[in-house]
Amino acid sequence: MSNPTKPQVAFYWCASCGGCEEAVVDLADGVLAVVDAVDIIFWPVALDFKRSDVEARPDGSIAVAFVNGAVRTSEQEEMAHLLRRKAQFLIAFGACSHLGGIPGLANLWDRESVLRGSYGEAPSVVNPEGTRPQEAWQENGRLTTLPAFRDTVRTLDQVVEVDYYLPGCPPTPKLLMDAVQAILSGALPPRGSVLAPDVALCDQCRLKATKPDRLLLTSFKRPHQVLIDPETCLLSQGLLCLGPATRAGCEALCPSGNMPCTGCFGPTSRVHDVGAKLVSAVGSAFDANSPEAVEAVLSSIPDPVGTFYRYSLPASRLRRKVSQVSPAEAAQ
Amino acid sequence: MEEQRIGTANGQEPTIVAFFCTWCTYTAADLAGTSRMKYPPNVRIIRVMCSGRVDPQFVVEAFAQGADGVLIGGCHPGDCHYVEGNYKTLRRIALLKRVLREMGVEDERLRLEWISASEGDKVARVINEMVGAVRRLGRLDLPAKRRGWDAEVLPHHGPTEAPAAAAASTGR
Ligand code: SF4
Ligand code: SF4
Repeated sequence: MSNPTKPQVAFYWCASCGGCEEAVVDLADGVLAVVDAVDIIFWPVALDFKRSDVEARPDGSIAVAFVNGAVRTSEQEEMAHLLRRKAQFLIAFGACSHLGGIPGLANLWDRESVLRGSYGEAPSVVNPEGTRPQEAWQENGRLTTLPAFRDTVRTLDQVVEVDYYLPGCPPTPKLLMDAVQAILSGALPPRGSVLAPDVALCDQCRLKATKPDRLLLTSFKRPHQVLIDPETCLLSQGLLCLGPATRAGCEALCPSGNMPCTGCFGPTSRVHDVGAKLVSAVGSAFDANSPEAVEAVLSSIPDPVGTFYRYSLPASRLRRKVSQVSPAEAAQ
Repeated sequence: MEEQRIGTANGQEPTIVAFFCTWCTYTAADLAGTSRMKYPPNVRIIRVMCSGRVDPQFVVEAFAQGADGVLIGGCHPGDCHYVEGNYKTLRRIALLKRVLREMGVEDERLRLEWISASEGDKVARVINEMVGAVRRLGRLDLPAKRRGWDAEVLPHHGPTEAPAAAAASTGR
């Protein structure tokens, strides 16, 4: 079934919304070229191969494994280790895998509060017995198991070594196509690179010319609160556009559609903590010189962590909310 | 990386990293020293040209590497050698505090003070107060917490700390 002359490629999803898989499908006609050039040997969302099929392959025999989604469960961890062993190149695909992504915001809570919320307190939940998923359940002499749900959401490279990163939520079809071509032709940058330009997004934004050197904003606005002028830099209109501190590569799709950049491509290589860098940038962009005036402006940013670490909380230097979870509790 | 942390022998005393601007607060700390004023030895002072040079990333990095508190000292408003560096610091630290609060890092662990070159006594007082406040909170000790968080996963192979380690080695 598999053609030994074509490079073998695997796709896998961890804690993912499915958007990254959609991005592969969005290659449209391009996907045919990819399918023509490679042999997809594992893609749970689309093809009926099993984990045991991957396990049966010799180590290093898969040319490239693309893994999207953050790592939350023991199963995702095991699959990351398995694909790492079987693949020559392991690619973190998309913001979740790269930086923790939207699921990574769950690091503002611990395991217990997540479970309590999802199986108890959510308004749509009716669960008077307080039933929760069990890692092992015995009934009629049969044992059923589920993966363990970890306390902390992780990036792929916090679990296994990653060769390249395809940024974005999700990566654009063009970036994916470029990456596939680079891998197939062997024209790859140094290991560990993010496969997108290492400059800020403003560089690719058509509104860049209208961005003033010095911003003296007096409040920050959310997109639904203002009538946006489509011809002027969004940040200069008081919208928290994260373009100045986000990596280019998407060709400023969001700002072109009047939507401020929310930072899904992550930082350039000079930034070590996205949120702290944005705190720095935003702190320079507004005008207030007394503690009271500063507080007044900052009150227009209702969710600082969700704004500045929207895609990168697990990759931040703090990694998660500093709660008092004991290691033993966390290890359950 | 974690081993490089300077701290007291048993690791139970809190470590405070202090960023002092060279024109005002660092000079004041010097004055406190030459005037033989006493303050606890928990503070590691880093001299910067301006409090505005303190990138919020420095603060987060200090916590990540094991600081239990971070103190920033700059010139009084209006006295900044670079005219408005300390106003930027005021805004950045206020915003950073909001972020850190949500991340579970208590307000008392990050303190911003305006201390002029002649206020050696204020350096001693602020350090005393801060060490007291952080002692009451207990250690933050993120490196230990991180080991705790990681105890739940399969053995690590990934370069978890690589970006920052690389940054430190190139001195960026
Ligand atoms: S990166 Fe975005 S599109 Fe991909 S799985 Fe995560 S949330 Fe979905
Ligand atoms: S709209 Fe955003 S991305 Fe475009 S120039 Fe302004 S800040 Fe940069």
